[in-house]
Amino acid sequence: MIGLVSGLPPDTLSFVYLVSGILFILGLRKLTHPRTAKQGNLISAAGMALAVGVTVLWFEILSPLILVTALLVGTGIGTWLALSIETTDMPQLVGLFNGFGGGASALVAGAELVDRVGAAGPTSGLTGTVTGAAAVTGLVGAVTFCGSLVAAGKLHGVFEDPIRYPGENGAKVGTLLLAVVVGLALVTQSTLFGLLDVGAWVTPYWVLLAVASLLGVLLVIPIGGADMPVVIALLNACSGLAAASTGFVLNNSVLIIAGTLVGASGIILTVIMCRSMNRSLRNVLFSKYGGPRGTTGEDGADIYEGNVMTTSPEEVVMLLETARRVVIVPGYGMAVGQAQHAVAELARLLEGDGIEVAFGIHPVAGRMPGHMNVLLAEANVPYEQLEALSDINPAFSQTDLVLVTGANDVVNPTAYSGEDSPIAGMPVLNVWEAETVVVNKRSLSPGYAGISNPLFTKDNTLMLFGDARESMQALVNEYKQTHP
Amino acid sequence: MAFIENLTLFILAGFLGYELITKIPATLHTPLISSTNAISGITLIGSVLVAGSGQSTLTTVLGFLAVVLATVNVVGGYLVSHKMLRNFGRRRGD
Repeated sequence: MIGLVSGLPPDTLSFVYLVSGILFILGLRKLTHPRTAKQGNLISAAGMALAVGVTVLWFEILSPLILVTALLVGTGIGTWLALSIETTDMPQLVGLFNGFGGGASALVAGAELVDRVGAAGPTSGLTGTVTGAAAVTGLVGAVTFCGSLVAAGKLHGVFEDPIRYPGENGAKVGTLLLAVVVGLALVTQSTLFGLLDVGAWVTPYWVLLAVASLLGVLLVIPIGGADMPVVIALLNACSGLAAASTGFVLNNSVLIIAGTLVGASGIILTVIMCRSMNRSLRNVLFSKYGGPRGTTGEDGADIYEGNVMTTSPEEVVMLLETARRVVIVPGYGMAVGQAQHAVAELARLLEGDGIEVAFGIHPVAGRMPGHMNVLLAEANVPYEQLEALSDINPAFSQTDLVLVTGANDVVNPTAYSGEDSPIAGMPVLNVWEAETVVVNKRSLSPGYAGISNPLFTKDNTLMLFGDARESMQALVNEYKQTHP
Repeated sequence: MAFIENLTLFILAGFLGYELITKIPATLHTPLISSTNAISGITLIGSVLVAGSGQSTLTTVLGFLAVVLATVNVVGGYLVSHKMLRNFGRRRGD
């Protein structure tokens, strides 16, 4: 089948790619405000449709049936996954999609190498630029694909606990070095590497994919749940960079522009997430943070002895009645318990009675950047009520009641006091500055950082023990009873 | 020469991306990840070329797989973002 629009001037294709590049940029600009964000996403999707459409129509398609089948299968799977998913399962779905993009880039670069070798032979078909860009694509793409599959599996609860073993960092570094050596064999196309001769199948590329896949698995399996926002952001960056370097392999402008925009976005988010935990990326990827030590919590038991005050839903409702300003601080526990609807209902009830309600959202609360915001938006909480850490911290001293539900490390004052603490220097929500703090938690067990939380022993802190959804629902029911 | 042109695009797009993304509020970070994720499915156009015009059976098979993966990424990514963003436009009292 000859390309339907191939009669147009040769520059038309590049021009259309430019237009879709502009649409991606405009789409991202609209994402700067919650009200225009939906439109931004649609503009970006239009840019994608345009780029894909012109590509299908422009080139001579030798096997239209295969192409159409693949497009239909992909559309079917994508639509089904997107429509059948619950909001609480969003992090793993986003992780999975990330991986697919990276995987596709890795396959495209490989196929392009094989085609070029088939057409002109190894020496004349492959320049250093092409093999270099393909090596980067293969490495980043395969790490993204396998890393994302592992991350999605963890987020879905297939295997939740970090998998740790002796010599972990040695294995990671060794695998990375091996990948670099195989990459060099591909780039230089040297016969020094023996079995890794390029040949008709471009063997080193596929070996590189295998090693990089292993690296992706090794990098993500030791990482625990609360570090997932960093991993998701990093894999997002990788999927973009893989697409950009595929653009270098294929000499395609829109791939480079779009891929780089995504790469920049992912890198910025990674940096924001790391800063929000006061940890470096290397520390997240290579340290034994929150390992087995985190699950025992033996150091915490004694500081709580006799210093913790418990409360009941009835008492909390009495406190709410007299409050003028209430701040709700949600954490991963709200997502696990799917308590967002009960929390939102409580907020609406309080607002209905003239009480000012805001939500204090820590950047790394939950399992992906912005996780809490998506859950609360789904429960119809208006975005103006969702306040970031820097905006809400100065206002805690004018707050009568803070209700913490399912959060722990992000409200731990040790971040400011203990220099040896694993969370030292991490920006936290200063909830203890409020008149009263009610902490809803299932038990006194430590959070991800594996440390005790002196907040629970403060004189103005009350513990409301129980599952997030049941506790919030109890508050809603109690409030409704007393305020018919 | 093409490499330098590509590098120019890469670097300029990097700076532009930095300027654009730093203006996006934290509340939209999940939809941002999901929407940019769909953009990274742009690799679909490379996959289309390989699947449709592959010179050998091997490249056609690779292209087929790449098109499926990238299409799931693109279609699923935009749909999920749309689903999330529908909830964000509301104002108080809507």
